This record gives sequence, C-alpha cells and structure tokens, in this order.
Amino acid sequence: MLYLAGPRLLPAAAFLLLPLFLGVYWQKVMISVAVFALLAMSWDLLAQTGMISLGQALFFGMGAYVSGILNFYFGAPPWIAIPIATVLGGALCTLILLPVLRLRGIYFSMVTLIVPLMLVRIIEATKIFGGTEGLSGMTPLPSTLTEIYLATGVLLGVLFGLRRLMETDYGLVLKGIRDNDRSVTNAGINIYWFKTQALFISSTIGAFAGAFMTHVYMFVGMPVFALDYSILPIAAAVVGGGGTLAGATLGAVILVPLSEALRGIGGLRIVLYGLFLVVFIVAIPEGLFDYIQRKYHQMERWVEIDQ
Amino acid sequence: MSLPTALRVENLCKIFGRVAAVDHLSCEVRSGELIGIIGPNGSGKTTLVNLISGFVKPTSGRILYNGQDITRTAPHKIVCMGISRTFQMVRPFYRLPAYKNMIIPLYSPRVRQLAGGQYGDRNAVALDLLEEVGFERDAHVAYKPAGTLPQGYLKRLELAKAIALSPDLLILDELFSGLSLAEVASIVPVIEKLRLAGKTIIMIEHRLKELFRIADRIMVLNFGQKIAEGAAAEVMASEDVKKAYLGSEE
Amino acid sequence: MFAGTIVFALINSFILILMAIGFNLTFGISGVANFAYGALYIMSAYMSWTMLNLLHLPFWASAVLSIGFTMISGALMYRFVLLRVRGQALSEVIATFGIGLAILELFRYLGLVGFEYTLPVFSNESFMIAGAYVDIQRIAIVLIGLLLVLGLWLFTHFTATGLAFRAIAQDERTALTFGIDSDWAATLSVSFGAGLAAIAATIIIPLGSIAPDEGYDVLIKALAICIIGGLGSTGGVIVAGFIVGFAERFTDTYIGSHWTMIVSLAAILLVLAIKPSGLFGRQKELEERI
Repeated sequence: MLYLAGPRLLPAAAFLLLPLFLGVYWQKVMISVAVFALLAMSWDLLAQTGMISLGQALFFGMGAYVSGILNFYFGAPPWIAIPIATVLGGALCTLILLPVLRLRGIYFSMVTLIVPLMLVRIIEATKIFGGTEGLSGMTPLPSTLTEIYLATGVLLGVLFGLRRLMETDYGLVLKGIRDNDRSVTNAGINIYWFKTQALFISSTIGAFAGAFMTHVYMFVGMPVFALDYSILPIAAAVVGGGGTLAGATLGAVILVPLSEALRGIGGLRIVLYGLFLVVFIVAIPEGLFDYIQRKYHQMERWVEIDQ
Repeated sequence: MSLPTALRVENLCKIFGRVAAVDHLSCEVRSGELIGIIGPNGSGKTTLVNLISGFVKPTSGRILYNGQDITRTAPHKIVCMGISRTFQMVRPFYRLPAYKNMIIPLYSPRVRQLAGGQYGDRNAVALDLLEEVGFERDAHVAYKPAGTLPQGYLKRLELAKAIALSPDLLILDELFSGLSLAEVASIVPVIEKLRLAGKTIIMIEHRLKELFRIADRIMVLNFGQKIAEGAAAEVMASEDVKKAYLGSEE
Repeated sequence: MFAGTIVFALINSFILILMAIGFNLTFGISGVANFAYGALYIMSAYMSWTMLNLLHLPFWASAVLSIGFTMISGALMYRFVLLRVRGQALSEVIATFGIGLAILELFRYLGLVGFEYTLPVFSNESFMIAGAYVDIQRIAIVLIGLLLVLGLWLFTHFTATGLAFRAIAQDERTALTFGIDSDWAATLSVSFGAGLAAIAATIIIPLGSIAPDEGYDVLIKALAICIIGGLGSTGGVIVAGFIVGFAERFTDTYIGSHWTMIVSLAAILLVLAIKPSGLFGRQKELEERI
C-alpha cells in the first residue's frame, strides 16, 4: 500500500509543506514552478491526443489578458476575474484553433506557433490594451502564501485529476486518436469533437496559469505571448517525459529552479533549452520520469515468509 | 426473393488525379444476404469500401443505405447508422492488450445508444466478444499485447471490433488474407452466426474457394467497373472474368 | 502614389515568396516541417558576413560559399537528428524547433547585433519607376525571385532529381518502388530548402541588418504564406505571396503601418475558416492516408 501511495503522497506533501520553510525568493520560484508545470501538463495533454502545440503562450497570454482586462477596466476582483478568464480564455483559444483540428497535425503546430507571436506584434502596433506599456496596477492576491497554495492546489488537482482521466476509457480514446485516428473514427467516434474537448481542457489550464500570474505580477503586457512561455513547458515535458503528466511536472521542478540558478548566464539558458529539447527527443524520448518509475518498480526487498 | 434493399450504389465514380478507381459503378445489396466482391488487384474493391464507409468522398454518384442518402455523410456517423467495416491493413494499438483494443469501439455512441444509454462493463463485454471470435479464454490470449499476436488473432480482433458496433451491414475487407486454412475454417462459423442473426454482409476477398462456400452472390470488379454479377459458378464461367484475372491472348 | 504602391507591393510579394519557398519545398517533398528554417536563414547571413569582413573574400564568393555551407548544414541536420525521429511527426517538430531555437538564441547571446552587421547591396543606384525611386537591390529581388521560381519549375520538371522530388511528393511508397531512396530525397529536400533560405537571405538582408529576431520573423512569414497558399504547393506560395504582399503594402500606404500584421493574421484566420488547407492545398486529413 505504502509502495503505491508513497510516490504520490511524498511529492504532494512536499509541495504543500515546503512553502512554509522557504524564504520569499524561493517561494516565488515555487510559484513559477507551479505555473510552468501547469503549462507543461497542458502541453502534455495535447501531445497525448496527437496535437503538438508550439504556442502554450497563446493560452497563457489569453488568460492573462482577459483577467487583466476584467480587473483593469471593470474592476473585477481576482476571485471573479481569474475563473472567468480561465474559462473564457480557454474558449477563445479553442475557437481560434478549431479550424486546424481537421487538418494534418503540422498545421496545429504552425498555427499555435505564429498566432501568439503575431498577437505580440499587433498589440505593439495598435497599442490596444495598454500596448507596449501593458496594463498595470492589478489587484494583487492577499498574500504570497495564498498565491503559492492557490497555484500548488490547482497544480495537484490538475495533476491527479488529469492522470485519473487519462487512465479511464475516455483517456484511451484520446490516446487512440494520436496512435491511429482512422481506427477511432471507424469505431463511430467523432475524433474532432474529442480533439476539441482535449483542446478546451488544455487551454483552460493554460489560461488559468496566465490569469493567475496577472494578479501575481499585478501587470499584463505583450510579453505574456512571448516565445518563452511556449518553450519552457515543452522542454519540461520532454525532459521529464511526455505522456505521463507527472513527467511534465517533474520537468518543471527540475528546469525552473535550474533556470533561476543559471540566471547569470542570461540568454544562454534558452540555447540550453533548445539543446535539451533536441537531445532528449532524439535520445531519451521517454524522459526522466519513466526512467525513475522503472527503477522504482525494479526495487527488490527482502520479505519475510511465514513458515 | 423480394428482400428489402439494404445498400444501393448508383453510378458511383471516384477519380484520383487521372485514374478512375471506381468507374460508374451501380449495384444493390439486399438485406440479409452475403455478397462477395472479387476482382484483380487495383480493381477498386477497397476504394468502393472506403466510399461506402465514408472515408473517401466520391467524385459523382450516390450511395443509399436503407433509402437514406449517405454519400456525403461523415464516416463516424455512418458507423452510428449501422455500417461497420474492417481494414485490409490491420493496425491495432500495439502496446495495448487485445481486449483494451476493444474498448474504443465499445465507447462508441452507437453502443451506448443500443444499450439504452448505459455503457455497461466494457471490459467484460470486450472479453466476451473476443471469446466469440476465438480468443481462447483459458489461455488468456485476450490479455496479451496486440503487438505480440500473430496475424490470425489480429484479424479476429479486427472482426471483433467491427462486431462490437452491432452493425446491420458488415463490410469485411480481405479478412481471410494471411490466414491458414484452419484459421479461415474457425472464423467462418462466426460469420455464419452473423448471417443467421440477419446481418447483411459484404466480403471483399481474394480467397475465392473459401468465399464461394459462404456467399449468396458474387460481384466482379475490374478497373473500377462491375463486369459480372450472379452466382459463383456462372460468374467464374464468364469470359470477361477470365480475361480480367488471367489476361487475354492478344 | 498608387503606382508606387503597386511597385513596392510587387517587391514585397517577392520578398515573401523568397522567404517561404524553401520551407514549402522541404515540406512538399519529404513532409518535414523544418522549424529551424529561420535559424538557417540568419545563420547563412552571419556566415556571409564573416567571410566578407573577417576573411575578406569577395561578395560573390562569400555568398556562394555560405549558401553551400547552409545546404550542408541542412543535410547534416537531417542525417544526424531528423533521421532518428523520422516518421514521428511530433518528434520531428520538436527536434527542428529545438535546433532553430538553440541557433537563434546563441546568436542573440553572442550579441552579434548592430548596424555593422549587414550585407552589402549589389549597387547603390536606383531607378525611377512609376514615380517612385526603386533601388537596384529591390529590383534584384524581383528578378532573382522570378529566376528562382522559373528555375525550380524547370528543375522539378526536367531533371532526374527534380522529377524524383515530385514523385516522392505525390506518393512516397510508389516512388520507393521505383528505387528512389526516401531518406536520400529527404536529406536533399532539407538541404535544398536550406539553400533557398540562404539565397533569400543573401538578397533580402542587405535591405536592413542581420538580427536574430529576423529569424523568428522569417519563420512566421514563411509559415503564414504556406498556410494561406497551402503547404506543398509552389503555386500556392506564389499566389499567397502576392495576396499578402499586396494586402500588406496597400494597408501600409493607405491605412497605416500598424495594421499590416493584423492584415496578415486576418488573412490566415480567413483562410483557416473558409479553406483550411490553403488556397491550393490538397491536404484532407483522413483521405490521403487510406
């Protein structure tokens, strides 16, 4: 019992207890870990359904701006703005990407890559919603501890919830769409409807991350659509191991603090992410989580036998 | 016999580039009959199946199922209307056990609809269906990963997946190919049982001897056209059919 | 002003076509979406610059050498990375994306940005066309663009390699039965695509300076043109190039330069809503895989 529960309870406990012992700086890092873990899991869900997103920033930015707009122009407090932004942001992203679901997978990757980048340039050029300056002075969340526990709470909820979902037959259908969508269609299932659902779930998770961060930074601007928010989640999911959701979280736990520690080398970090991506996807596609999982299951113990 | 028409194909054409894979084909399949479709390679048999099952849209012509026009209907909807097909190239989900491969068809809206809104225990149904097509229960074959199963079992899995959808019209695309005589002999009773239950069955085959034993009627295709139709003996005696398969002396 | 706008719209169209044609070619032949395309574009420009300014080679030599090196880089990228993930579209995307990212960010990190980082124009003269001064460089873009498109057409219709490319683009398995090596063709397709990117860089970069951000811009533009025109269709790239080129230029002149990107995005969304596979695209999701 402990054998199975241990690996699940331990990290969960760590996430919940650690904030109490960390200084403010590392608490902020934890928030970052949670946010990127959410984006990475969102990416992983799409990848398991056969869609490779190169633009998690789209989900993040959409949620960020909707929440920012609700707060800035309409005075909605965070506990109203964030949930609305989560659902609305997710719905908008799903609508935008709806047409490409019927096309070859590569179109999905292409469109998710360029739409956020185009949005950056559009905001810069038309100066809407604050333009280059962005919107500032958002209502903050009550305290850093609230921030952390909200983020980690959602993280754990999404992690265990999605893992549960992917274990069910519904998850099997999604994975089936990736492996052999012709076969799934032949089973009388509308694959585009299921893809839409996966996209919606994914984008709402990403939108939450964005909406949340708007209130942590008390600011939203063009950078929310930047490539950085698209790259790190993919690197985290690939390094940690795609297809397991826990791998995506592990990847974020490794890469985000690493990224902080390597702040000194500046832009070289992204170069490393790029290299990580290539090396891992070619040489270690299952990722670190799978390796750890296998080693855990291979542990041998002496057991006493009753005579 | 004045059985109702289950499927009617009217002047169906499918052109790929400059090649007419199906060329002004018309035919009728009566409810409850087992019709075999044969013809040399490239005669358009699989394209015809793709057209009927909705995976490919025709260039012109119509397909009617129980009087309803399904020419432009989406493939998953066609399945939900009661037409189920197998694929010539069997590609299961290799890493999943055989019975897990059955879960996806059992998750289909059609299955839920026929079961009265409840899905029931999909795992149990899967194991039952697999046993019906010959997966020995006591040897636990159904639990083996699909990637480790030999062709005979994979074909049976493909058949089980089609049956799971409770079709009224079942289309089997070269089900017997790659199977030994014994394996074919073990599958035939399953097909016979489906016939007794009143299902309409279309079988594309190259294994003529085995097909002729169970088919009511044979249709011969060549270059996308129907060149002969009728009982097995008269069809095989036809000059056109002989020329199609063996070539002529010019 | 109208006539001048048309002239510049024409030039803009060819710039877009030149940027997109390499990406489109690679995908059309081997189905490889080379997300490192923008990086190769910029890399070739830096190579030329290095040879020009550090090795003091003449312009033509630098250009030809850098185009050659870029083509080799493309081939190496395929051989050492893509080959190992060939067929798994998901991994291919991530691998090329990672490479492109690493290259561009490396250039950014090395700080190779500034006015001195640019390539020379062919000539500083300009002509008066339709009431506007058009410099030789821009005229060269149109001319070379035309030559390139024509050359590609001739190549793919009249040479053995070119015909092999078309064969594989149409039906890979049948082409294999004819003895056309799929991996060899894929290597060549990435290589040629990279070469086209290098050629485009050689003529377009002189209009401005070399900057890593340009790499992302080129990738965005190439993707946009390919989405609108239809992946794999050279005709589509040309038509889309003209549509977007003219739309951008006219928007710039008559509405305001801020709106050009919106027009491009709107064009993409419109195409996706009406004919998702692009104007000349033939990509039906399931049909082609039966």
